[in-house]
Amino acid sequence: MFFSLDLLFEALLFGLLLGGFYAAVSLGLSVSFGLLDIPHVAHPALLILGAYATYMLAGTGIDPILCGLLLTPVFFVLGVVLYRFYYETFERRGSDAGVRGLAFFFGLAFIIEVGLIIAFGADQRGVEAPYIGSSYELGDYRIPYRMLAAFGVAILVTIALSTYFSKTFTGRAIKAVGQDEGALRLMGANPVRIKQLAFGIATAVNALAGAVLIVIGPVEPSMDRLYIGRTFCVVVLAGLGSMSGTLVAGLILGIAESVVMMMLGASWAPAVSFGLLLVVLGLRPQGLFGR
Amino acid sequence: MNPYKFWIPACLLTLLLVLLAYSDINEYLFFAGFVVLQGIVLASAWNILGGYAGYVNFGVPAFVATGAYSALVVFKALGAPLLVQILAGALFAGLLGLGVGLLSLRLRGIFFSIATVAVIFILETVVLNWRFVGGATGLQLTKPEPSFGFESYTRMLFAVMALMSLLAVAISRYLQYSHIGQGLRALRDSEEAAECSGVPTLRLKVIACTISGALLGAGGAPMPMYLSFIEPASSFNLSYAISALAMPIIGGIGHWAGPVIGGLLLGSLQQYVTVTISSELNVLVVGVLLVLFVVIAPDGILGWIKSWKRSSK
Repeated sequence: MFFSLDLLFEALLFGLLLGGFYAAVSLGLSVSFGLLDIPHVAHPALLILGAYATYMLAGTGIDPILCGLLLTPVFFVLGVVLYRFYYETFERRGSDAGVRGLAFFFGLAFIIEVGLIIAFGADQRGVEAPYIGSSYELGDYRIPYRMLAAFGVAILVTIALSTYFSKTFTGRAIKAVGQDEGALRLMGANPVRIKQLAFGIATAVNALAGAVLIVIGPVEPSMDRLYIGRTFCVVVLAGLGSMSGTLVAGLILGIAESVVMMMLGASWAPAVSFGLLLVVLGLRPQGLFGR
Repeated sequence: MNPYKFWIPACLLTLLLVLLAYSDINEYLFFAGFVVLQGIVLASAWNILGGYAGYVNFGVPAFVATGAYSALVVFKALGAPLLVQILAGALFAGLLGLGVGLLSLRLRGIFFSIATVAVIFILETVVLNWRFVGGATGLQLTKPEPSFGFESYTRMLFAVMALMSLLAVAISRYLQYSHIGQGLRALRDSEEAAECSGVPTLRLKVIACTISGALLGAGGAPMPMYLSFIEPASSFNLSYAISALAMPIIGGIGHWAGPVIGGLLLGSLQQYVTVTISSELNVLVVGVLLVLFVVIAPDGILGWIKSWKRSSK
């Protein structure tokens, strides 16, 4: 096996950028699963839906990341409706625990995936933008602009979300609802409305994350399967519901994946996130920054 | 509970299916029937852990593929006959079940389910990088001559799958009424309460997971022979997971008859949709029915029957 410090450095650099991207696609899950305890296995499918929505909108010539931003209100409404439905059918009846809630989201993920296959076909779709395909030369290293764009979006969204959760009243209420719903009710706030808002935000972030996904590379409908591992790995590693933790965990996964890719080859990459997920679940289920 | 009420009709039905395989009906019927019967095996196996104990296993493809690849390895290395292939599939998938069962020591609910998804992708990556079993491109196989006087290998596989579904349903029914099933139901409702009342929760979970895994593996073991081909992408396909989950939920979760009813209905519908419309739509049908049942009829068809009986009294 060929090994050099130079290659290692390149893998680290690439991993860092990749990690920012993984954090961006996991932030929504960090809210919906991490804070709200909803078994949201359809999160990666919604992410791919966001990427396809961006693809449609970008066809008009708008910049893909701007498209993602424009789509956030639509996805917010989608998330509110989805949570409302989940609440009425499962949480209120008390049948969300265990099998049925999970089965609901798993089924939903399949419906979205097959729906996309039927609408767009199974082949890959991509978008065009000036920063896709070109890269910044830093000495001997080449840093693709698309990775930089993804990294930037990840940092901005992380800062925005963690500021929102720590500084504003509703943001703190969202954190509180994850910890003690009963106490929040006693304070005169309606936990269902707070959760609805939080799930809406989580889904809205997915629109932007989906845009980043399609900027990074072409997407296909069945890609959500791989992202089950990546997003859950990041969220569990972060410790449920920590936004800055999500960024750090994303970076760890990105670097791990990129180093494994360099040493063993790209065909081993999918096993990294799932392997890391199993290790974290087995050894430290509360994650790195968990309570 | 009269045992003859189950065994006599079940054995007669299986015998009928086996005899049918000797008749000269169109071969396609057996090709499609194999998949429906396999669905019953997988759904019954899933129900042992998911229905009785409430641990949702999304990793069905990992077990099915372990069965299929174990069968392939003993066939390729030793030229083993079908029965040995199935036993090898059950053995290795059972061992995988043992490992996954031990995971449940620390993981519950969605954490356990996500861990089972991880098992699929890790095993798939290993197989993708394993030359002996064909790597990513897979392997072409030639079916051997059928034995026991069957006209074709597909007919023989159909008869074998009929026997296997009898076995799977019988095991899942036995477990439901035994002390294992009682303990699993107790831990499904409250693991702490069960543990405090002296139910050996970890041991029961590991037993359920091992048996369930072995049956899933046995159900997957005939796949290389059935398709005369094996490759990772279809062997580890998540549609096994959604079918094995949807069938018990549609039929009625937690009762041995649920997966049988759901498997027959959904399996036949899927075959019909695949033939008449398309295979994409076939997965969509499963997803839509799963969500519909979970939302509208959480106790499945058995739940309907129960409430109908109650109201007619």
